[in-house]
Amino acid sequence: MIFYIGSGLLIGIGLYGMLYKRNLIKIIIGLDFIETGVNILIISLCYVKGGTAPIFSLPSLKPSQMVDPLPQALVLTAIVIGVAVLAMALSIVVRIYDKRKTMDISKLKRLKW
Amino acid sequence: MKRLFAILFPLLIIIVFLYIMKNYIPFCVDRMVVAKHYLTEGLPETGSTNIVTSIVVLYRGFDTLGEVTVLFLAALGFGAILEGAKKKTKEIVASPIVRISTRYLFPFIIMFGVYIFLHGHLTPGGGFPGGVIIAAGILLMYLAYKDFRIDHTKFKITESLAGIIFVGIGLVGLAIYGSFLANFLPEGLPRQIFSAGIIPLIYIAIGFKVGSELGGLVGEGLEDKE
Repeated sequence: MIFYIGSGLLIGIGLYGMLYKRNLIKIIIGLDFIETGVNILIISLCYVKGGTAPIFSLPSLKPSQMVDPLPQALVLTAIVIGVAVLAMALSIVVRIYDKRKTMDISKLKRLKW
Repeated sequence: MKRLFAILFPLLIIIVFLYIMKNYIPFCVDRMVVAKHYLTEGLPETGSTNIVTSIVVLYRGFDTLGEVTVLFLAALGFGAILEGAKKKTKEIVASPIVRISTRYLFPFIIMFGVYIFLHGHLTPGGGFPGGVIIAAGILLMYLAYKDFRIDHTKFKITESLAGIIFVGIGLVGLAIYGSFLANFLPEGLPRQIFSAGIIPLIYIAIGFKVGSELGGLVGEGLEDKE
């Protein structure tokens, strides 16, 4: 249950950052908070009571003692995609700052209609 | 007003989320369906001690190929967007402690990254974390020495070769067993370094690819262009 609360808090903090903050960098940090929260949620959903990591490092380990390996593999993919999205977003912010000399999203008038 | 809304809306979402989780999706419940097969048959079928690795590289190898493609596209886009951006050259000189310790630590950081991706089928880790550790070593060198430069041509050649090797291993599986990324090497004994068929080969290719890609990305972002 504590994992659910933690991931919910991370998602909430990220949403607050994305809704209220004006600085582009802080909005991207909020996006990253949400991503981390979702990853923790997916991992904690498939925890089995008393389970260990799905690695047969000792011959005595049985498959029934292990947690679900599938969401861990999916989250591994999600983390790498998250890094790619972060790099792209930050490079776009660098270009915007170069052109407009501001990172305040409310001053970027041409984004509005 | 805006701030109140920005606080209340996430709070509402958290409360609804926790209510649903508490009443309908309890914690610590065994929900495995397909994962049962991976856990019981994964070690005999693939020979990989680490079940997560066998899922990432063999059972869902297409996912990993797509993941590598996305990372490649992101690095390409990063370079394309930042092309011609003005760089502010602020003179920040690293302290002697950082410079001297970096000089001695750098080979060991590279060695640790290689260890991580060589042992991907035995211990936690694999190609992606190993490559990121190597890129972190390159970033440390950039921060410590102002005139440190990597050879971008060699990095690009390494990256392209590693990608070609990954796809080539998949095509060899297609030629022998009729399915892309099929395991055409013997499984070997569990808990040995020479085991698990093509998993170590693919992870070596991924490690080189991610390391050179992210290292080149670090260099692209930090070098001053004239």
